[in-house]
Amino acid sequence: MTGVSQLWVYLQTTPLLGLAATLIAWEVAVFASRVARGHVLANPMLISIVLLSSLLLLTHTPYRAYFEGGQYVQFLLGPATVALAVPMYFNLGRIRRAAPAILPALVAGSLVAALSAMLIARGLGASRTVVLSLAPKSVTTPIAMGIAEQIGGSPSLAAVFVLLTGLTAVVIGPGILRFTRVRDWRARGLAAGTAGHGLATARILLLDETAGAFGGLAIGLNGIFTAILVPFLATLF
Amino acid sequence: MLCQFAGEVIARGLGLPLPGPVIGLLILLAILVVRHGPDEDLRTTSTGLLRHLSLLFVPAGVGIVTQLDALERDWLPILVAILVSTALGLVVTGWLMQKLDRSG
Repeated sequence: MTGVSQLWVYLQTTPLLGLAATLIAWEVAVFASRVARGHVLANPMLISIVLLSSLLLLTHTPYRAYFEGGQYVQFLLGPATVALAVPMYFNLGRIRRAAPAILPALVAGSLVAALSAMLIARGLGASRTVVLSLAPKSVTTPIAMGIAEQIGGSPSLAAVFVLLTGLTAVVIGPGILRFTRVRDWRARGLAAGTAGHGLATARILLLDETAGAFGGLAIGLNGIFTAILVPFLATLF
Repeated sequence: MLCQFAGEVIARGLGLPLPGPVIGLLILLAILVVRHGPDEDLRTTSTGLLRHLSLLFVPAGVGIVTQLDALERDWLPILVAILVSTALGLVVTGWLMQKLDRSG
């Protein structure tokens, strides 16, 4: 038994544990999602996060120890964001033609999402840090964390809100867009990218490549727009 | 692949207010326009990377364990705010885009 716990203590100090745990959790989650026939709640990312968080809490492993390995996976997020340029390139013609519709839709959606989140949270009595950290929740994680810090929110709380927002968009998005009769894949993609950043875009990209391209465009534009808008909104709260 | 990384490094080095990856995306897009499209390698790499995009969010997501106190205290406002604002954001963007877009 001491052999096992010594091994555990050793593994905690190496990045391999966090990396291996992430990949194993992902494989398990993808398998579970397949068994559940791709049900929305059987989202591989959601399952992986629940598995890994439970593991950390049960074994009293600090997040920092896990992130030693997890950072290698997260590092790829940068190149992956850059890689969104490829589907975007193949849809450049479509994007250019739709530009007069894209900008107002994106600005309105972005404003509504940020403002409604802040108003609701404040109305229901959340702390000021929570309210401010909610403001950049619809943009991609690195931008959101930067904005949260700038306006006096908490970057790590913002990262959690970004994740919850993306998950919410993945889970309710297909239903709510069908219900409101948004059938156009370009509109769906733009909505996914504006309200649910890379997470919802990753999901919709698997369904339709054009939607993915519009989602990628929305992530970039919304990131820029929110970075300008939110510091101004924050002065109102 | 190398040119993606280069784009990212340049963007970060210039200290622009935008995050490196977003500027990297714009740089790669500009390169693709000039070159009239990606070569086979870049296409394979980007497709592979994007197919596993969801996996890349997992480590940040596990960071939720460091924020359990704040989440426990304000869970109701957080839940309602995120649910309602995400729904509104999706509908407003999607609906307006579909309404305004005549480009077919």
